[in-house]
Amino acid sequence: MATLWRFTLFLCMLLMACEGLSLASGHGGAPITTLPIVTWKWDHISVQYLVALWVLVCWLCKLLIEANHNVTNYIPESALLICSGFILGGMIWGADKVQTFSLSPTVFFYFLLPQIILDSGYHMPNKLFFTNLGAILIHAVIGTCWNAASLGLSLWGCHMGGAMGDLDIGLLQYLLFGSLMAAVDPVAVLAVFDQVHVNEVLFIIVFGESLLNDGVTVVLFNVFDAFVSLGGGRINAAEIIKGIVSFFVVAFGGSLVGIAFGILISLLTRCTKNIQIIEPGFIFVMGYLSYLTAEMLSLSAILSTTFCGVLCQKYVRANMDESSVQTVKYAMKVFANGSETIIFVFLGISAIDKVIWVWNTGFILLTVFFVFVYRFIGVFFLQWILNRYRLVPVELIDMVIMSYGGLRGAVAYGLAVLLDEKKIKEKNLMICTTLIVVYFTVILQGITMKPLVMWLKVKRAAVTEVSLLEKITNKMFNHTLVAIEDISGQIGDNYFRGKWRHFEEKWMTPFLMKPSARKKQDDVFDVFHQLNLKDAMEYVTEGERRGSLEFVRNDSAILDFKKKLESEYTEVMPDIPPYMINDHVSDMIGFLCSRDHIPSVSLEMHEQTMKAMRGAEAVDVHHLLDQHLYKSRKQYRHGFSRSDFKINRDEKEVQEIFQRTMRNRLESFKSAKMGVSPPKTIVKYSKKEQQEKTPNGKSVSKTKLCHSGDEDFEFSEGDSASGYDSSYPSFSMRATYRPGGGIENPAFVPDLYPTDLLQEIPPWLAESEPDSSMVAPSLRAQANLPNSPMEMRRLGLLRASTRSTDTKQMNNDQLPPPPTSPPPPPPPSGQM
Amino acid sequence: MGSSSSSRNKIPNAQELMRQTGFSSAHLLRLHDRFESLDRDNRGYLSPDDFEALGGLAMNPIGGRIIEAFFSSGIPWTFPPLSGFWLISVQLTETETKKEHSKSSPAAGPGSSNLYDLDRDGKISREELLQVLRAMLGLQVTEEQLQSIAERAIQEADLDKDDAISFDEFKKSLEKMDIDTKMSVSFLK
Repeated sequence: MATLWRFTLFLCMLLMACEGLSLASGHGGAPITTLPIVTWKWDHISVQYLVALWVLVCWLCKLLIEANHNVTNYIPESALLICSGFILGGMIWGADKVQTFSLSPTVFFYFLLPQIILDSGYHMPNKLFFTNLGAILIHAVIGTCWNAASLGLSLWGCHMGGAMGDLDIGLLQYLLFGSLMAAVDPVAVLAVFDQVHVNEVLFIIVFGESLLNDGVTVVLFNVFDAFVSLGGGRINAAEIIKGIVSFFVVAFGGSLVGIAFGILISLLTRCTKNIQIIEPGFIFVMGYLSYLTAEMLSLSAILSTTFCGVLCQKYVRANMDESSVQTVKYAMKVFANGSETIIFVFLGISAIDKVIWVWNTGFILLTVFFVFVYRFIGVFFLQWILNRYRLVPVELIDMVIMSYGGLRGAVAYGLAVLLDEKKIKEKNLMICTTLIVVYFTVILQGITMKPLVMWLKVKRAAVTEVSLLEKITNKMFNHTLVAIEDISGQIGDNYFRGKWRHFEEKWMTPFLMKPSARKKQDDVFDVFHQLNLKDAMEYVTEGERRGSLEFVRNDSAILDFKKKLESEYTEVMPDIPPYMINDHVSDMIGFLCSRDHIPSVSLEMHEQTMKAMRGAEAVDVHHLLDQHLYKSRKQYRHGFSRSDFKINRDEKEVQEIFQRTMRNRLESFKSAKMGVSPPKTIVKYSKKEQQEKTPNGKSVSKTKLCHSGDEDFEFSEGDSASGYDSSYPSFSMRATYRPGGGIENPAFVPDLYPTDLLQEIPPWLAESEPDSSMVAPSLRAQANLPNSPMEMRRLGLLRASTRSTDTKQMNNDQLPPPPTSPPPPPPPSGQM
Repeated sequence: MGSSSSSRNKIPNAQELMRQTGFSSAHLLRLHDRFESLDRDNRGYLSPDDFEALGGLAMNPIGGRIIEAFFSSGIPWTFPPLSGFWLISVQLTETETKKEHSKSSPAAGPGSSNLYDLDRDGKISREELLQVLRAMLGLQVTEEQLQSIAERAIQEADLDKDDAISFDEFKKSLEKMDIDTKMSVSFLK
């Protein structure tokens, strides 16, 4: 901690020194007289340096704040950042006697805001958003207009009443001020609600409102700005009508621009298969372009970016490679969070400026009061009306929080600074007031939000653990609802939703999504995939925890394992003679646990695969899987949370799953031993595999045993006959094979992946290099990202046995084992 | 509706029905009209083929099951049963159809697991689950994947390890779901 303080202080000193230097160093006008070895080139890079340094300082502030979690529990981070801004501003002002740095509108609107909005749009929970869209729109449009009008008129009324002393502000200017003060700020809302996890409906209404009200804010601001310029006399009905029309144009135009860009992004990601390495960049560039384009056309830029993100999220996630999706997600969070930090710090710094401070008690206090009160009135009234049309009405308590959550933030400040001081004499007063209101809402309301939520017992966000059955039943319910509506001849919500889903499936998805991605588009399948990945991940971590995926090196564990296996074995296979059990078991154990039993060749292979595992690719895959492990939760819970990546470290759960999977393995082994006839349905599947399998002529014994390490990474999730069960039987099958061993193993699976290991490529790269004979991951392979879990799923398809019957025998543990004896396997070499 | 009183007379036991189902008379009337239009042969009761005329239902993956579920009780579908149909559908959807502001307490009724449980043994076996999955997802997902999904779903919910999901296990696994909000049908006026 101490070092951090010292470090920060040093940086601030550096900052001030730079400032001083920049003022002090003139441009060397005098001609040089001798060759300078080193020159001081501050001027060349002063701007860039300051920008980078400021970003660093802001982020360091965040670092300091987050060092102690106790504080952030009570005071929201945004408030603390503003306070750090005060401190920094004080330091700068102390050094320079003038505020050299402040949040300029250009920087804010063009460099800091777009990524936050893009992040919000991209991570918007679409379903929730569109379900509540009516409420959101009503609040955004009517609520904001009400806020603006009421604030402006009340202030004007008070002015007329003399409460504010002598101010040179006319009615129109009050309305203008009202319009810039009216808008609920998305940045502030996100920052505060992030730490208070209220229930989703409440959050989405407030947050959606904060995003969509930009359309209104922009229009109101521009309209009143124009009116102020025109002067009161020239405003007639035509102008007012134009104002109303401009609202629709701005709002819908902005949304259309966003939608257009969303479609462009989706189409683009459809074709970027070959440049996966920079695929993620497109999202950012196009998102930014959508913002700028709307701005250029004087439409609502925030609406544009929001809808761009909302539209493209589904298709982009489907089209892009998994690692690209992860990259986009994280990069976006970095940018958004980073920008937010910078914004708040600078909001603090901007306050420490003697020039702008004009104090008018009446004006300021009345503004704060009115902003607060009218928000409550507006929300309660509108929501009361909306509740009559809602199936599940929003409770009173939620309404209180909704009103309380109407935070103003940097957008209001930015707009205030944009005011033209020639037209508006009291610009400084307005800026001050805006700042005070922002501080009041962000700091005070932010701090009291959490206690209020707790005190009022607001319904918090439910922790949803995604489960397959839930998803299936959900789907079932949806269909049921549609059916009921059909039968009863009613046209309800579900009808429209069904229609939209139908339209989307028929027209949009084929257009915007890659064909290969389209197949995997189902909800239930998605959940299944995620759960499998989750299991796979836990399997890996469990294995690693025990030392290696061979599971152990030390004896005690071997013994336990052996005992356990033995007991389970005897339990499940009572009729197998004991000596066979021991043989099998010991083989399996030996194979699993001790490297000594493994011939040298495979050991070498194994080493290499292990080495490769420790290589970058494995780490990538590891991280990739790691993220997928929690994807399901984040997706359904706080995908829009900026900083929350809660990780479940439930030891027992992992253990349980591990044991469960081990048990499954044994059961499948048992059924394989008994011999199980293959079900008919799987035939077509095996044919597909055989076509895809690359033939390889190498002998089996070498490659077979090599697969030890390989197998561990083969989480063939869900594509083979019985999901993750498939790989296990093959594992155990392999375990019992001994070169020249006399035990006939009917379910024996010869080499599964001769291609890959012989070429010594980690399996996850094999997909891209099925037939080459390279020995090390080439540059191309390195450029090609390692196989994503999606690819690994496809690999799973490749990985199943060459001999359909045998694999299916052991894979299908669902059928009761008939007491027939399966045919003996043909000699392995002949298979190749 | 101006002629409400006279049309209400068309419907036998209107008051009774209104009390039972909690519908307003306008609702009941609309339902009755629907009943009449569905009942093409004017038999006075509905049979399965009347429902086949509904195109939407045919497209619905589980349409068949729903019809079956309705007719499983065996009583002829005259109008009172149709509103009874409503009650059953209400049970199926595990909540009460909402009108205006009435809030219902969600009671996970045995109805929806009946949609899965065709042989009515009180449990959802793997095969039954598989059938449902096949109906809903069959086009997009291969058979093996369906089987693994079914397997996995059962594993998740099956607490007593009998390889089937009993009604209690089913209810437990759905308790996290906000069934109340999900399973409500609103009537647009």
